[in-house]
Order: sequence, then C-alpha cells, then structure tokens
Amino acid sequence: MCATHPRRWNRFAALCAHRTPSQSICLPHSDSQVGSSGQETGALSAHGVCSVLISLAARTASLFMCGSSGQWCRPARRALCPASPSAAVLVKCLLVSACDSVALAMCAGEENWVDSRTIYVGHREPPPGAEAYIPQRHPDNRIVSSKYTFWNFIPKNLFEQFRRIANFYFLIIFLVQLIIDTPTSPVTSGLPLFFVITVTAIKQGYEDWLRHKADNAMNQCPVHFIQHGKLVRKQSRKLRVGDIVMVKEDETFPCDLIFLSSSRGDGTCHVTTASLDGESSHKTHYAVQDTKGFHTEEDIDGLHATIECEQPQPDLYKFVGRINVYSDRSDPVVRPLGSENLLLRGATLKNTEKVFGVAIYTGMETKMALNYQSKSQKRSAVEKSMNVFLIVYLCILISKALINTVLKYVWQSEPFRDEPWYNQKTESERQRNLLLRALTDFLAFMVLFNYIIPVSMYVTVEMQKFLGSYFITWDEEMFDEDTGEGPLVNTSDLNEELGQVEYIFTDKTGTLTENNMEFKECCIEGHVYVPHAVCNGQVLPGAAGIDMIDSSPGPGAREREELFFRALCLCHTIQVKDDDDVDGPRKSPDGGKSCVYISSSPDEVALVEGVQRLGFTYLRLKDGYMEILNRENGVERFELLEILSFDSVRRRMSVIVKSITGEIYLFCKGADSSIFPRVIEGKVDQIRARVERNAVEGLRTLCVAYKRLTPEDYEGICTLLQAAKVALQDREKKLAEAYEQIEKDLILLGATAVEDRLQEKAADTIEALQKAGIKVWVLTGDKMETAAATCYACRLFRRGTQLLELTTKRLEEQSLHDVLFELSKTVLRHSGSLTRDNFSGLSADLQDFGLIIDGAALSLVMKPREDGSGGNYRELFLEICRNCSAVLCCRMAPLQKAQIVKLIKLSKEHPITLAIGDGANDVSMILEAHVGIGVIGKEGRQAARNSDYAVPKFKHLKKMLLVHGHFYYIRISELVQYFFYKNVCFIFPQFLYQFFCGFSQQTLYDTAYLTLYNISFTSLPILLYSLMEQHVSIDTLRREPSLYRDIAKNALLRWRVFIYWTLLGVFDALVFFFGAYFMFENTTVTSNGQIVTTNTHMIFGNWTFGTLVFTVMVFTVTLKLALDTHYWTWINHFVIWGSLLFYVVFSLLWGGIIWPFLSYQRMYYVFIQMLSSGPAWLVIILLVTVSLLPDVLKKVLCRQLWPSATERIQSTRVRGQDRLPELTLLASPQSPSPWAVWLGPHTERGTPTWPPLAGLLHRHRPPGPAPHGWTADGQASGPRL
Amino acid sequence: MTWSATARGAHQPDNTAFTQQRLPAWQPLLSASIALPLFFCAGLAFIGLGLGLFYSSYGIKELEYDYTGNPGTGNCSACALADQDRAPPLRCSCAWYFSLPELFPGPVYLYYELTNFYQNNRRYSVSRDDTQLSGLPSALLHPANECAPYQRRASGLPIAPCGAIANSLFNDSFSLWHQRQPGGPYVEVPLDRTGIAWWTDCHVKFRNPPLVNGSLALAFQGTAPPPNWPRPVYELSPDPNNTGFINQDFVVWMRTAALPTFRKLYARIRQGNYSTGLPRGTYLVNITYNYPVRAFGGHKLIVFSNISWMGGKNPFLGIAYLVVGSLCILMGFVMLVVYIRYQDQNDEDEDAE
Repeated sequence: MCATHPRRWNRFAALCAHRTPSQSICLPHSDSQVGSSGQETGALSAHGVCSVLISLAARTASLFMCGSSGQWCRPARRALCPASPSAAVLVKCLLVSACDSVALAMCAGEENWVDSRTIYVGHREPPPGAEAYIPQRHPDNRIVSSKYTFWNFIPKNLFEQFRRIANFYFLIIFLVQLIIDTPTSPVTSGLPLFFVITVTAIKQGYEDWLRHKADNAMNQCPVHFIQHGKLVRKQSRKLRVGDIVMVKEDETFPCDLIFLSSSRGDGTCHVTTASLDGESSHKTHYAVQDTKGFHTEEDIDGLHATIECEQPQPDLYKFVGRINVYSDRSDPVVRPLGSENLLLRGATLKNTEKVFGVAIYTGMETKMALNYQSKSQKRSAVEKSMNVFLIVYLCILISKALINTVLKYVWQSEPFRDEPWYNQKTESERQRNLLLRALTDFLAFMVLFNYIIPVSMYVTVEMQKFLGSYFITWDEEMFDEDTGEGPLVNTSDLNEELGQVEYIFTDKTGTLTENNMEFKECCIEGHVYVPHAVCNGQVLPGAAGIDMIDSSPGPGAREREELFFRALCLCHTIQVKDDDDVDGPRKSPDGGKSCVYISSSPDEVALVEGVQRLGFTYLRLKDGYMEILNRENGVERFELLEILSFDSVRRRMSVIVKSITGEIYLFCKGADSSIFPRVIEGKVDQIRARVERNAVEGLRTLCVAYKRLTPEDYEGICTLLQAAKVALQDREKKLAEAYEQIEKDLILLGATAVEDRLQEKAADTIEALQKAGIKVWVLTGDKMETAAATCYACRLFRRGTQLLELTTKRLEEQSLHDVLFELSKTVLRHSGSLTRDNFSGLSADLQDFGLIIDGAALSLVMKPREDGSGGNYRELFLEICRNCSAVLCCRMAPLQKAQIVKLIKLSKEHPITLAIGDGANDVSMILEAHVGIGVIGKEGRQAARNSDYAVPKFKHLKKMLLVHGHFYYIRISELVQYFFYKNVCFIFPQFLYQFFCGFSQQTLYDTAYLTLYNISFTSLPILLYSLMEQHVSIDTLRREPSLYRDIAKNALLRWRVFIYWTLLGVFDALVFFFGAYFMFENTTVTSNGQIVTTNTHMIFGNWTFGTLVFTVMVFTVTLKLALDTHYWTWINHFVIWGSLLFYVVFSLLWGGIIWPFLSYQRMYYVFIQMLSSGPAWLVIILLVTVSLLPDVLKKVLCRQLWPSATERIQSTRVRGQDRLPELTLLASPQSPSPWAVWLGPHTERGTPTWPPLAGLLHRHRPPGPAPHGWTADGQASGPRL
Repeated sequence: MTWSATARGAHQPDNTAFTQQRLPAWQPLLSASIALPLFFCAGLAFIGLGLGLFYSSYGIKELEYDYTGNPGTGNCSACALADQDRAPPLRCSCAWYFSLPELFPGPVYLYYELTNFYQNNRRYSVSRDDTQLSGLPSALLHPANECAPYQRRASGLPIAPCGAIANSLFNDSFSLWHQRQPGGPYVEVPLDRTGIAWWTDCHVKFRNPPLVNGSLALAFQGTAPPPNWPRPVYELSPDPNNTGFINQDFVVWMRTAALPTFRKLYARIRQGNYSTGLPRGTYLVNITYNYPVRAFGGHKLIVFSNISWMGGKNPFLGIAYLVVGSLCILMGFVMLVVYIRYQDQNDEDEDAE
C-alpha cells in the first residue's frame, strides 16, 4: 500500500514533518529546490508510520499524534481512505482511537470535513496520483442580503414581528376578542395592531426591496474570468469557487480571491478596503510566489494547483490556507497562504493594471457577507426599566381583571341581579358551564383593560429613537471639518444610555491624543539626537539640524549610529506612494524628495520621517529589496527576507534583511518592556534612563535592537517560520512561539521618542465629564510614565491628586494583599474624614486620589484565589477604585481592557459604562461596555464599525453625553412615564365604571375613542415632546456639566418617580370618573337647551357620561404634557393645540353624522349635546383644573423647597440674573492658543512640556491658588437632592 | 445598519435651526412667582363661580316622592304587593297628594326616577337594533342577534322593537290634578309629553318604517310587539307624530342611563295657566302602577323640578367649585409662605456659589 502510492505518502510525510522539527526537514521554501533528501526522509518516515500502523503499535501512534494537532489526521486519512478500504478502515480505527485518546475534540468532527475546503484552481483536477477528487459543494456568487422573497415576505415578516413579545400580546388580545363575546369590538385592538404591523412591514419591505435592488445590481455586474485560456465576461453571480478571475484597476473584487499574479512585476497589488472597514489607505497584497509569473490568460489557464484553506470566517484580517502547485516534472510545491494573499470581496484594486485570482469564497461565504450579520443587541437601562414597568402593569391588569371577575360573581350571587326580569339571558347562556363563563368573563375583563399596556408605546419609542438619533448625525458641532467626518449612529437603541454614563473607559493613543506622531529625538548608546523639529508650524528654539547633546561619538559609535538609522529605515511595514493622488497623503517635510509614507501605524511614519531628517531616507521596496538613501546620497539595497509583523501581545516587530555584502541582520523594534529582557548587549542602563525620562515627558518611546545572523541561523529561522506559517490551525500561536524563539539575544542600539500631541480640548472634555459625576478611566497599552503624563496633561490627575500605585514594581516589594489593604486603608480613612468634614461644612480641602494600575497587577487582582477563602481581591480593588477620582490602567492588553470594563459593569452598583477608543485594540472593550463609542481615527475604522456611536474626536464626547445624552434621557423617560400615566388615566375610569354597571364589562368610551386615544388624540404631542424638549438650553448643559448628575442612576425612572406618575394617573382617573359620577348621580343633569336648539330638554345617557370623562381626560392628559414642556417651539404649539382641536373636530364629526357602516348609532349627537349643556363645560373646566392641581403644586413646591441643580439653572435664566459667567467652571471655549487648553493654568511655569510631572516625581507642589475650576467644583456639584 | 450608517454620516450636516435643535422657542417656567398669582386668581374665580352655581342650584326647587309601595309607605303598597311575581296587576293605580304653599316656579318638569336598575349592564345595553329603529324595513323583519332573547317570539315572528331595552319600557303613567282651594275641584294639569327627547333622536336617529298604504300598522305587519308590551309599538300614542319608534317616551327610554340610579324626563308642564309654574294649592298625582321594581330591589320615584341657567338642581357643581376655589387660595397661601420663607435662602445659596 505504501509503496504503490509514494506521492501520497510523501505528502503525508511532509505534513508530518513540519510537526516534528527534530527531524529538521526543511520544506521547499525558496522556489528553486525541492530537496531530494527531503523526499527521501519523507518516504522513510512514511514507511515508519506504515510499519507502526501495521504492527498495531497503538501506543506509538498515539504518541505520534501527541505532537500534532488534530488537523493532520485529516489529510492522512484522506490520503489513506481511497487507497484500500480495508486498510483504510484499520488505519481509521487506529487514528480515531488515537485521536480519541489524545485530542478527542479535534478529531470529533472528522466525518464531514467541516474545517477546511479544497479548491481546484480553474476546476482542473490534480494530476493523477494526487489526492482523490472529493467534490465539495459551494454556493454560487450570489449575494443575498435581502431577508425576504416575494413569496415568503408576508408569512416570514409576520412571524418575525409576532416574535416580539408586545406584538404577540396584542395578537392574543385580538384573538380573544375575535373568539369570545367581549365588550369591545376586535377593531379596537386589531386596528392599532394592524397599523403597527403594517407600518413595520412596509418599512421592512421597503428596506428589503432596496436590498434586493442592490443585490441584483451586484450580482449582475460583469466579471471577467478565464475559461479555456480565454477571457470571458459573465455575470458576477455565475462565478463559482475555483474560477480564475481577472480584475482590472479600480474594479471591485467580485468574491474572495487568492491572489495569483498581477501585472506588476513584483507580484504585488494595492487595494483599498474603504468599503469594507473604512480604511482608505492602500494595502499591499502579495501574489503567490510560484504563480506570480503567469501574466497572460493562457499561462494562468495552464496552472495546476489546489488550494486548501479554512472554511469561511468573518474575521477580515485572518486567513490561513496553503496552495499546492503541481508542475509536470517535480512534486507539488506547498506554499502558505495568509491574509496578504487574499483579496477580499468589496475591496477595490488600486495602482495595478490587472490581477488574476482564484475564487475561494463566493457569495454568502465571502468575508464581506459574513460581516453583514449584525452584532448582538445591547439594551438600554431605560428599556429595562420600561420592561419592568410593563410587568408591573401586566400584574395590575391581571389583578384588575381578577378582582372584577370575582366581584362579578359575588355580586351576581343574588339571582335578581344576575338575571333581572328586564334583562334575561338566552337559553344557551344559561346553560353554559360556570367555569367557562368565569373564564370568559376574566378574558373579557382583560380585553377591556388591555389598553393599560399601550401598543403605541412601542411604536412611539421606536420612532423617537430612530428620529431622535438624527439629531446626533445632524449636529454641526460634532462635525469635524478637517477629516470631513461627522458622528455616526450605528444603533439608535442606546440614545438615552448616553445620558446615564457613570464610567468612561478611554483609550489613550488616538483617543485622548491625536495619534499624530512627531519624531522628537533618538538616543543612540546614550547620545541624544534631536532632528530639526517643526512643531505646529513653529520652529522650536535650539533645534537646528542634528543636535548632539553628548560628546561626539567615536568611530565605533559612528558605525552603531548608522546601523541604528538603517534599522529605523528598514524595520517597518511602510508603503511608499510615489503618485500624488492618494487619499490622505502625508508629505514628508523635505520638499525635494516627495515620498509619501503610508502605514497603519503612525509611529512608524513618524520614525521614518524623523530618520529622513537625520539623513537616511527610505525609498521603496522593490523586488524584495528595500532601498534607502544614505547621508552620502548613495542608495543602499537590502534584501528583505522576513517580516515578523507587529502584534499587540508581543509589542514589537522585526525584520530580517540581507545587505549587499551578504550580512544578514535582524532588526527589532518595540516597547522597552518587550525589548530590554531580550537584550544581551548594549548600553542598557543609559538608554533605559533616557527612555524613562522621555516617558515621563509624555513621549512614546521605542527601543531598537539588532542581531547579526549567520546563514545557518537564518536557515533555522526559516524552517521555524515556514513550519508555523504552513500550519492550518493554531497558526497564530505557532507563529508567536516562533517569534519568541527568534527575537532573543539582541544587541541594544538605542531608543526613539515620538510625541503624540493631546487632542484638541481633551482636557476640557475630561474635566467636564468629571464634573458631570462620571469617572474617567484611561486604559492604555502604553508605559506607565507616558500614560501618567498624558493623564496630567488632560487634567485627569491634578496637582492635588494623590497617586496610588498598584504596579508590578511595587508588587515586587510587597505582596498584593498588603498593597491592596494599605491602599484601601488610605482611601477609606480619607473618605471617612471627608464625610465628617462635609457635615461640619469644612470640605474646602478636598483630597482626591488617582490610581495607577498596570496590566500585570491587574491580572493578579483578577485571578481568583486558589484557596477561595478570605474573599476576593476584586471587591477590595473595586472599593479602592470607587474612591478614586481617576484611574489609569497602563500596559493593558486588548482583552484586559474588556476585562476591566466587565469588572466594573458587573460590580454591585451595576453602573453604566462607556468605552471609547479608536483602534482595533479597543474593539473588545467597545463591545463589552454598555455604550461603545468609536473615534473615527487614523488607525482605521474597526473601532468605529464595531461601536454603537462613532465620533470624529474625543472632544465630541462632551456634547454627545452632556447635551445629547441628557436630552435623550429626559425625553425618553418622560415618554415612558407619560405613556403609563395616560393609560392609567384612560383605563382606570373604565375599571371604576365596572362597579356601577354590575361588572358587566360595559365600556365607558365609544369604540372610536378606545381605538384612537393612543393612536391619534394623545400620541403626537408626546412624540414631538420626546423629540424637541429642552428643559435647559444646549449652552447651559454644556456649560454646567454638573447638571448631568441630576439624571444619574436612571433618576427619572426610579420607582419613586414611577409610583408618583402612576398615583397621579390614578388620582386623575378618580377625579374624571367621580367628577362625572357626581354630576350624573341623583341629579338632573339637564340642559335647558338654550344654547343650540330651542326645544330640547334632554337627559344624558351612558355614552354622554363616557364622552364627558373622555373629553376631560384628553384635555387633562394633553395639558399635563403642556405643563411639562419647557421648550415651546411652533411645532409644539401646533401639535398640542392641534391634537386638542383634532379631538374636538373628530368628535363633532363622529357624532354629527349617521355613519352608514356602523350598526349602532350610539354616539350620534352625543358630543354636540354635551357641549350644548352649560354644566358640562363647567364640569370639564373644573375637573381638568382639579386633575392638574396636584402636579402643579408639586412642581412649584419642589422647585421652591428642594430645587435640583437643573431647576436652579432654569430659575436663574428666568430671573434674568445672568450669573452664568460666575458659574462657568470650564475654560472658556475661545482659548487664546491651543496650548493653553492643554497646558491649562501651568503655562506660567514656562516649560513647554508637562510641568505637572514635577509634582508627580518630586512630590513638589507648586504654590499658588488651585485652578479655578477645581475649587468651584466641590460646591457646585456637591451632593444635592 | 452599519453599512448604511457609514454612508449616512459622510456629508456635512445641514445647518438649520431644526437640525441644530435651536428653533426659537418660548420657555415658560412654572415657578412660584408665576403660580402664585395664578392660584389666587383661579381661586377667586372658582369661588365666584361656585357661589353663583350654588345659589342658582339652591334656588331650584325639587319635589320627589317614592311611590314604590314598600309596605307602610303610602297608598301604592297595595299595587306593590302583587308585584312579587313580576306580573303587576292590571290597571292598579294609586295616588300621591301634595300641597304647595307657594308658587313652584316654572317651567316645571316631571321626571320619574328608578334606582337599582342597570340600564348600563352590557348585556342589556347592547340588546337593541339601531338599524331596525332607524326604520329600515329589512331590518324590521330581521332583528340583530344582539337582541336575543328578545329577538323573535316563540312563534318565530320578529319582535319590533327588539331587545331587552325596548321590552322593559317604563310603562307607569302619571296624571297631575290641581285643587286650587281646599275642597275645590281637581283640575287636570296639562302635561306636555313631547319635546322630552333629543330632537335629533326622534327626528333623525329613530324613524318609523315607511307607511304602507298610509298606515303605520301595516308597516309593522309581520312583527310582534315585545313580550312585555300590552300593545304594539304603533299604538304607543294616538298622536301619529308621536307613535311607533319615534314615540318620545320610547326614545327617552332607549337612551340608556349611565348609572343604576337614573331619572328620565316624563313631561313638561308649560301650558295654560301653568306656564309660569305650579301655583299654590293641593295637587294629586294619579299613578297607573304597572312597572315592577321590587323584584330587583329598586325604587320608583316621581320628581317635580324646575331648572336654571345651569340645568337642574345640582349642588355638586357649586360645592365643588367652592371647594376647589378655596383649595386654590389655601395652596396659594402655603406657597406664599414657602416662597417668602425660602426665597432668601435660595438667594443666599446662589450668592454663595
């Protein structure tokens, strides 16, 4: 068996081989050689395995398996199975048993190859002897983003709508009305439900129609592909997996392609993924090495290759696969495929005439399509309280129905009441089962009172959120002129949550800072170089050309210096744009050489530009050679061998280059913490000192190290990397391990310092947010010193702030336990004395704390204790955090950021958290927090895409929260409360009426009123209120951040407020009902009829009674809203008075005509007759007044006795005493210079960089008055009601 | 959403007052300084109105008499005795004597009042057919199902007017006699039985079916009167304009009352000597006692009343206005105290800031 299929075995062996590095088989790496030794060794090992299998040495087999991950079993089995069934079964048993014992999970899904797919390029079957052809079915290239088809729209849409619990509830009510004899006609609940369902369906149908149109346009656009060596144009949807496609410049890729060759000689192409992830920068992709030579259709058609790759995954930036290229003479060449070989659907080809690629994922399996799926829905606190209130009302509803049902049967126990002579039952009614009757009655009562849960609330809330969110996108102040970006609203469900934020977790780089890097200096072996610095358009003094601070270096140092510059020139992943029409170009300051560097990391650009000013210019990467221009204007060429790309875990990157002279270097650049431990040589101490000094100044530092490699070393590295790269599973992990092995024993060269300027108004914003009672935490991956400097600069830490450190350094001295207890003692002692001070009114000297924690310490805190006794450190940690005004977490990995957010989110107060960040490393916390905000920054759009809201700048957060959030919260909470209130008013009289009509489910109001109350009479005013209301002006809100505290903790939807509204509703309902009752009871409510007609003298019936109650109610409820409205635009006037007018006009019309489609005419002339009676007018006026009186009284008294901060501000405005300048706590918006904003009150000290650091380092506090804002804060935002 | 949102934010927003939420607006504030005068004014106005209402209601005279005939209460008990088994004796009549020491100012209205009668019971109040009552010949012969069990007679004949409301039409009748001098002859006071229902009801909503050969009786051919009625609907009154469905007693009855205790207008007294009211003297109300109420614990009352500009006797409205007005004033004073007491403090607070 083994002998007859040497090729297959060879392949199997090859697969095994890279798992067992001890055998040191190097897979063919460079194109030329497929070592015959490798082939033999492979065969040998294959024989070995064969014999092992045949001799049933299961133990050996399982040991063998141990070294591998499960995936290799698969090709092995695949290779074996077709060969000989019996042997295959045997082997399968063995393999499976081995797999079971070793890695059960990995092999569990073996039977149906779910994890990878094999693609035959150009549908050419591999040469005989290669693997058997197992056809796999793949979808065609049709993109279906639409949800419905013409046929299934109605059932599917209905099904989805009724899956919403509210709709389902109303459907049930409607069905009950249809089935049993209920007091209200099914129309009353059916019509609103129908309305809601129809509107939603139309909206969804329309959206789906648009999607259909877009899909069709996309699916029918022509695509060039190769068939039998010819170029054919076909519709995009006819594309199949395995087709070879040609894409021209500026065309969009029709599906996910493996890049085979391009018209560019070096086998690269540039693409922009702007429509995928918003990054407009050009990215370079590389063609497969072995196919990049195929430039014509005929060539490419002759390609014989198979591709194995993972099944489609939504991650845009990850891809693993491998390609086997078969050639006639030799064995197949195996190549790793990564995301750099993959061209994604939706991306556009740039700067390249044409490329060829083979389709691997098509249609709905493309990464773009997989990314269409929406994220999990976050729900706001308001929505949660709304649902709780709904449950309360459901309970009220059920208890009302129960009470009435029970009372009905108690009351009816007297037969003359149940069936008096004037009101007899039919025979069938008499014979009905008592239980059945009771059940029917219960349901009928439910139906009668079901309006207490308003169907229209959901619609109104949805509309409010949807329409309201436009105010964010419309906001001109949040539009950034520079970038041309405005705020984005990705979900409108969380608008009001913006007004509830208690914790903000912010990223530092790119969020607080501009991520606009400026090369400041570099330090080579202790000598500091400052390039000619252009900062903000003005030349800083004392910086001309190269400024050597230290003594001139010796010749050896000169060599090191040049090596350092070369290292900076080579160790990066920058692309050079030679043409000018690139989006967002970054011209180098040197006008002569107009190189535009493009990179995903602004640090790299800053470094390369900085080095350019120091004499070394990176020119380009051409044919695998990096070209740099040295000081003597000579071009040096280095062959780029490997790039060990950057990742946030390693925090470093390396390149391996080969100079012209044949020396091989590894240059490594990374964070100091990740470089220093790997350094064995160099002036570590001097450089470390400089790095620390720079970090304290708030500069971003990177260390550069190198090592020289011998060709043998390099060979080893090659093997290692190749092995990791070809892996189909766990490739990341394996790569990381390989990198770990490679990047060691380095020689330290020097360090760089890059300045990242603070974003405009960042300090202002943070100060405002803190005054708003929001705790701001900075989570960053940066060094502690850099981060702390930034915190001082943005006034997160102030001069008076006492810093508490919980860092690795400190933990080396003390145990975590001791440190935590000590810190908590400090904090708690102070907060204890603070409360005493508050009582005695001596709280002037307010001490605040700032906590600094680093990633390592955090993971210690988060780690559950083994013994499980003595409580958790988490609680203690949280307790400390709670008492700190600011927390800085540095050295955070992305996941740790999310962990922190989660820790706070799940702490016992359940605070509302907001995470803001701009980079991919912030996505996890953005997704974790209640509200995730993305800054549309330089590091691409991943954060913005995953966020709920995106803003162009950090400063926009202030308006977003303090103004928009505040408004949305005020608006929606009023909306929710008002809806419950008005439905209590609506239904409670109906409930009371049951006591006077023998519990017979008689409705109080006419059907039309029941139906239209929530739909038309009272819906528009509240909707407009919830869109327009401004209880205080925008400017005041922005000026007075402390107003945000008034609505903190869901203040307007607390139980107390909810009960107040409900009681107010009950009171009003009692007034309406009994007011009308006393009018009608034992008196002749008659009219002399003088007003309308002359000879009428009538008595009112039950419909007049109901109409009277209803009229009073509509007026009261609308006027109550009018009382609550603080901001009367013409729209509010129009809608409020218009609604009342509409009610009157409708009622006149409804009662003024005999409607032919109605079977009863009970409302005929009722409204008109009522209005023609004087007492009715008097009663309406009286009852409306009485209903509104308590609310007015409460408002006035509360405002007078216990005014909230908001109410004070309102009164101030009304009294026209403009005290606001006095109260203004922030720096005025028109600062004299941008420096003043972030240097704040410290400019007098004269140093251009971070003066507060002096306080941090030397515990030296500069004298002079505390900043204006701080002292005022203590009082303005002190605890009030 | 994500994809469309990306496109949405791409352009510069419009700068209009609406999109920037800066529409010009009136921003009233319900503060004590505004509420105080408001409360005092409203209070005074309400008290004034309340006094007016109270006095006009006070000036309205009302005279009522319970003629249910519970044992020991007047001479209707004889009729009531036979009432136990739901079938009132035929043409049982009783009388109520009363005397007026002075003029009962007119116009005087005669009401009957029933208690414990649930006209607003749902089963009862839906038991009617408005289409039939609008005189539609087809509906006349096919009463609505809601009318059951008063939809059809056992013989299968449709009932016109169908339903429980019509079947239970109040059928006591009253006549009023006046004795000017003691011992003098009783003169019948003319009772105007028209104009007691809503004009729109008996002219638009309720219509008789079209006459057949000029005869209303023929128009109702093929229908049966409700079981409790001694005579068919077209014989409710000899007056052709007040019979059939447009009979005003019937129309009044068909407007179901809101509450279990209700009054309905029986007649107006406005003719001849009595147009200014009921002059002093002794009066006799002759009651034809037909309507059984004791079976369901109800009472029957007869009521004379006159009305003022604001309708019938209605002390509630006047009292309510007075109470609310005083409350307003009281609250105004409370607020004034609070205002004066806390105003300084607030100012100090603000100064401190």
